Amino acid sequence: MAAGSTYTPIATSTLGSAQATVTFTSISQSYTDLVLMCAGQNATGDGQQGNLTFNGDTGTNYSLTQVSGSPPYTYSARTTNGNALYLGYNQAWSTVANSPGIYYVNIMNYSNTTTYKTVLERAGYASGTYAGTEAIVGLWRNTNAITSISIVVNASGTFAAGSTFTLYGIAAA
Amino acid sequence: MLNIIVGSLSVGVTPSNSSYESIATVTVGSGGSSTITFSSIPSTYTHLQIRGIARTATNVSLGLRFNSDTASNYSRHYLNGNGTSAGAGGGANSTSAYAGTTATATSAFGANVIDVLDYKDTNKYKTIRALSGGDNNGSGFVQFMSGSWRNTNAVSSIDIFQVDGDTITQYSSFALYGIKGV
Repeated sequence: MAAGSTYTPIATSTLGSAQATVTFTSISQSYTDLVLMCAGQNATGDGQQGNLTFNGDTGTNYSLTQVSGSPPYTYSARTTNGNALYLGYNQAWSTVANSPGIYYVNIMNYSNTTTYKTVLERAGYASGTYAGTEAIVGLWRNTNAITSISIVVNASGTFAAGSTFTLYGIAAA
Repeated sequence: MLNIIVGSLSVGVTPSNSSYESIATVTVGSGGSSTITFSSIPSTYTHLQIRGIARTATNVSLGLRFNSDTASNYSRHYLNGNGTSAGAGGGANSTSAYAGTTATATSAFGANVIDVLDYKDTNKYKTIRALSGGDNNGSGFVQFMSGSWRNTNAVSSIDIFQVDGDTITQYSSFALYGIKGV
């Protein structure tokens, strides 16, 4: 069995001012999986979804299944033929001061050119209209390797200053 | 230390990259495979993490066994969403733990991140948990899973398989990682 250290930071974006889009480009193809960690708030309106797209594709090539708990409710929902994956399904990006939502996104086997790409996400947001916790599995129906990732706030929102977005790479033996 | 533990639990803090090491990868070839096996797992880590993608033809639940133990020494639980409603279930005295989810649509693969904590500790039973899901653009599940193996032996091998006997198809791939403590 081979062994080698991995889980390597690739890039970090900490917003100095409100910003509509965060993009990671020219992503190294040296890893097996990517992990995107975000902690942030919405600057322009409570309760918006974040949208995640790959390689600039805004076609209807995305789908997802989610489960969430927002006390006292639990529920599950699905999106088919969407034009983005969600970074927080349940109107997660809030404007509550000092209370960022956090999003942990596993982007599996992103560099292979054989399979569609699957994303596995955990999110938690303790403040805002829809405070709760959730998990999402998302599918991008494209076999291309992922070379860029874009994140926007739905409904023309903006990410607040201080929001952080960090991308890690994990290389399998 | 905090970073290492919290990072291993996949809740938002990464371990330093010197504590997270790739051990082995199994990729399914043409014709598929009934079982993914990691054997001769080194005892030089504190925790293990398995990350992988998997596709099957029909049934989607993945099971996991340690050290080739096929007896009824496992308990297993899940909390899931099927796109319409949330559900939960599980069982005691099972012959495997739940450990993941596949996708079934053409070219779609389920994703799985499985944590095995204190895998070499001979003073406690072994507990696993998994975050997994498979989406087929119109069907699928996302699932939290956990399981217990009522055995204090150190884990030296892991088998992953589809619990209803489906073949795991070509291009499915699982990687085993070790996470060090201090």
